[in-house]
Amino acid sequence: MTKNLRVKSSKLVDETYRISFKFNGTTYYGFKGDTLASALLANNIHLVGRSFKYHRPRGIMTAGSEEPNAIVQLHNGTSRTEPNVRATEIEIYEGLVASSQNCWPSVKFDIGGINNFLSPLLPAGFYYKTFMWPASFWEKYEYFIRKSAGLGKSPDVPDPDIYEHKYIHCDVLVIGAGISGIIAAKTAAKNGFKTLLVEEKSYLGGSTIYQDSEFFKINNQNSASWLEKEINEIKKIENLEIKTRTSVAAFHGYNFLLARENLTDHLPLEQRENKTRQRLLKIRAKKVITATGSIERPLIFDNNDRPGILLSSAIKKYADLFGVACGEKNILFTNNDSAYETAISLIQKGIKVQAIIDNREEIDSKLIKETEKNNIKIYKGYTIVDTFGYKRINSVSIMKLSKDGQKVIGSKENISCDSLGISGGWTPAVHLFTQSGGKLKFRDDDQVFIPNTYPSNQISIGSCNGDFTLDEILINAPKLLKEFLNIKKTEYENIEIYSAFNKSKRNIWLLPSYKIVGKTKSFVDFQNDATAKDIKLALREGFRSIEHVKRYTTTGMGTDQGKLGNMHALGIISETASSKMGELGTTTFRPPYTPLTFGAIVGRNVGKYFDITRKTPIHEWHVENKAEFENVGQWKRAWYYPQNGENMHEAVQRESKAARDSAGILDASTLGKIDIQGTDASEFLNRVYTNAWSKLEIGKCRYGLMLNEDGMVYDDGVTTRLDENHYIMTTTTGGAATVLGKLEDYLQTEWPELDVYLTSVTDHYATISVCGPNSKKIIQKVIPEIDLSDKDFPHMSFKNSKIGKIKCRVMRISFTGEQSYEINIQANYAKSVWENCMEAGKEFNITPYGTETMHLLRAEKGFIIAGQDTDATMTPIDLQMDWIVSKKKFDFIGKRSLYRSDTIREDRKQLVGLITDNPEEILEEGAQIVADMNKTPIEMLGHVTSSYFSPNLKKSIALGVVKGGKNMMGQKLIIPMEKKQINVTVTDPVFLDKENKRLNA
Amino acid sequence: MFLINCPFCGEREQSEFKAGGEAHIVRPKQPTELSDDQWAEYLFMRKNIKGIQFERWNHIHGCRKWFNMVRDTSNDEIKAVYKMGEKPPVK
Ligand SMILES: [Zn+2]
Repeated sequence: MTKNLRVKSSKLVDETYRISFKFNGTTYYGFKGDTLASALLANNIHLVGRSFKYHRPRGIMTAGSEEPNAIVQLHNGTSRTEPNVRATEIEIYEGLVASSQNCWPSVKFDIGGINNFLSPLLPAGFYYKTFMWPASFWEKYEYFIRKSAGLGKSPDVPDPDIYEHKYIHCDVLVIGAGISGIIAAKTAAKNGFKTLLVEEKSYLGGSTIYQDSEFFKINNQNSASWLEKEINEIKKIENLEIKTRTSVAAFHGYNFLLARENLTDHLPLEQRENKTRQRLLKIRAKKVITATGSIERPLIFDNNDRPGILLSSAIKKYADLFGVACGEKNILFTNNDSAYETAISLIQKGIKVQAIIDNREEIDSKLIKETEKNNIKIYKGYTIVDTFGYKRINSVSIMKLSKDGQKVIGSKENISCDSLGISGGWTPAVHLFTQSGGKLKFRDDDQVFIPNTYPSNQISIGSCNGDFTLDEILINAPKLLKEFLNIKKTEYENIEIYSAFNKSKRNIWLLPSYKIVGKTKSFVDFQNDATAKDIKLALREGFRSIEHVKRYTTTGMGTDQGKLGNMHALGIISETASSKMGELGTTTFRPPYTPLTFGAIVGRNVGKYFDITRKTPIHEWHVENKAEFENVGQWKRAWYYPQNGENMHEAVQRESKAARDSAGILDASTLGKIDIQGTDASEFLNRVYTNAWSKLEIGKCRYGLMLNEDGMVYDDGVTTRLDENHYIMTTTTGGAATVLGKLEDYLQTEWPELDVYLTSVTDHYATISVCGPNSKKIIQKVIPEIDLSDKDFPHMSFKNSKIGKIKCRVMRISFTGEQSYEINIQANYAKSVWENCMEAGKEFNITPYGTETMHLLRAEKGFIIAGQDTDATMTPIDLQMDWIVSKKKFDFIGKRSLYRSDTIREDRKQLVGLITDNPEEILEEGAQIVADMNKTPIEMLGHVTSSYFSPNLKKSIALGVVKGGKNMMGQKLIIPMEKKQINVTVTDPVFLDKENKRLNA
Repeated sequence: MFLINCPFCGEREQSEFKAGGEAHIVRPKQPTELSDDQWAEYLFMRKNIKGIQFERWNHIHGCRKWFNMVRDTSNDEIKAVYKMGEKPPVK
């Protein structure tokens, strides 16, 4: 039934501005300033979801980012849908549509709820134990687990929103704008530091901004009024930037932090168009002040998870900040003074408090006296042992605690209620501090972990540093700030503070019951349904490390990372295992502190901006001529040029034949080009290639193979001597950057005495390769002034020339085995030179070919492609390329490794040719090669590295690596495929024109 | 993420740099005279210290220069950076 639980005078909501929203299909109303949680509570709705494992009804439990239960899906079925949103954080706007996530078919009738009655069958490690065996059943289990787990639905259409990244550099970053953060930001900024203050909520002031009673005073004003004035002042400070709705997600080393700034999530959808939704701030701060506050602890007792059970501080916040009563008959259950602050707030607002149950026997403070004055019954030395009510709490059972707090005594008493506030004291929010590498220490007095050693220039102040009360904060924070900022004094030296809070606390991690633990459901992790019983079971089964217990019970592994219950898990482990708290350590808190959207992570790098695309200067021509493209690293390379509906095979057969019969043209601009100059350039090449370079004449080209120091082939290419001390090296397309990096490394670190300079000119020159028997005639037409006679311009030589007024370099080199010329020309002239070649070649049926044909043509000649026919385990000897390894040279990179005991083995995998018995049968690249199918296990001898149908040889050809293949010429081997075996014969890898006649034809 | 003081450019983000393994391993002048074991020692064996470690770094997206760094691997504190060929300023 819908009730209005709005009370008067709230700090945050604007009661003149009504907003309608939908929750689980029903329309409700709230006010501007409400969160979804506060608006639902105002409508008397507590039940918002089901728990993860047992599907127990769950309600809103907190009023912040630590919320474990109220996880909703926004705008389901639309492009802006978002799962796993905490109802306690999202601000409502006109048109908001939210639905419960972890329930099916509906939150009120949930089929998974049957798990609750099956719970004796679902202990800790249940999933591991049950679903691990037999492994083949996993797929079946998974379907049901996923269906009932309900982790929300991801959108299935593109995200319409805009995201961006922003770098911020500041002197001081203050995280959190509670009272400590406000003091810190003001002090830093007023002392000349360029300061940034970030706050995850929409308002400043933290919990002090609604600490509005005569029991907490600063300089004789209520603490809330005092702080309000401070806030008004800091808003005017020039070198202080304040960002609200900004949550720090990660605190990395060297004070590098990531924060997400929400810009439009609180606006109606129609107001979000063309606005940036979220900004990922990349902050580098000289100093960081963490003032992230603390999180109230729940209490662990039987059935502590019913809808209507909230943190006591959340009840206070909903009343003070949003003007919402969480119930009409409230009970508070506590082990410290915080619940009395809540009680007084409720009394002030006319909300009924039925009773307070306090673990402590002897208590005395002004807060308690005030509560008693209002005729509220306080049960001192009592505990709750059970609660009742399925979809909403309706009563509690209480019993007296024994002196040692280990058991309950006397008889049970029942008290009715519709809301229960629980307070187990406070846990400093040290998540960001530990992310940064900070180490914690355990403070025995009040059982909290607080910062101990800082890894970078940072401090923690306020309650995240263990200073929980107003007086502790206002005395300690200024002291810490003075030292940290190295300043003489702060404004807060002679401040008068009055706090009625008494710090006493009776800490019992797991409250006793009249039942045995095995019969109770005392939840420690509400989101993952881990109970005290589960933790005890894990310990009985031998788990000791907190990290193991965490994984086995899934405690702290939800989207809330166990912000509420981790301390209790530790406490229960230490009590059960009789180890000391603090010696166990804590589990690791990993970024992000609260979940980040993928949108914020990628920013503007979406769609075509996701990765860099490199295009050659001739790219447009390939597009106009309908080329299909393939990605080679970041490059787009023309793959093949289909004509008249050809498929790839048909196009490649046509292109390859044309290249050998008459003329082909290839855009080879993507090859890496490194300009090498200096008086020691020849010596340098001697050291980095396996063959000798000192005797290469000016104007000549040479093919070179580069090894790693371990002797394995790394890259290859042709290098040309342009002048006495000037070379141009080509590398593979994919290897360009790493080859340059490797050469620089040797030059700078091993051989700094060499006078050599390296410059990448890959993008500066385009390379047009024309090959085939008619290539010479075509080049002659394009460059009439050049003498192309074999005598004057033989294979493997180079000439400077001109096309019109434009200088170019012409090399006569070949990767196809055909007579072939490469024109290297300044990139911006390349397209017109390409078009010249096409025009000149028309009469010879010049045929543009792509990378696929290039690969086929070179395979016919047995030329390797580094990276396809080689991996990082092939030496030049393995490739049957002994001829390229200089025996005379004293040293080169990788030389010594070529005669290590491992590299001289005869049975290494070696490159061979493979010819199928059936010439029509094309092998699959990557297929295994074996000799004997009857031997078990079958011995794998190697694999196929390149395979094509050769239109020039009219048969299938392949390259492969085979153990001891060099000595297996003519031998029969088998390629076993799924449905057949293919018989092959081992051959020499050169299939066509072994005598190189075509090069000079 | 480190803030690295390139000896040639000054302080820059870690994302501009590439780590290059252990520093002060000198390539043998006469590799052919080494036994397999001696060569393997140079080729494969690297320290992986918890504590003070000497490393090579390259300002790959900046000046492209290689330099050395002394880093405490237990807390990622960079103790010093110095040019190739220079002696480490700290032990
Ligand atoms: Zn640099």
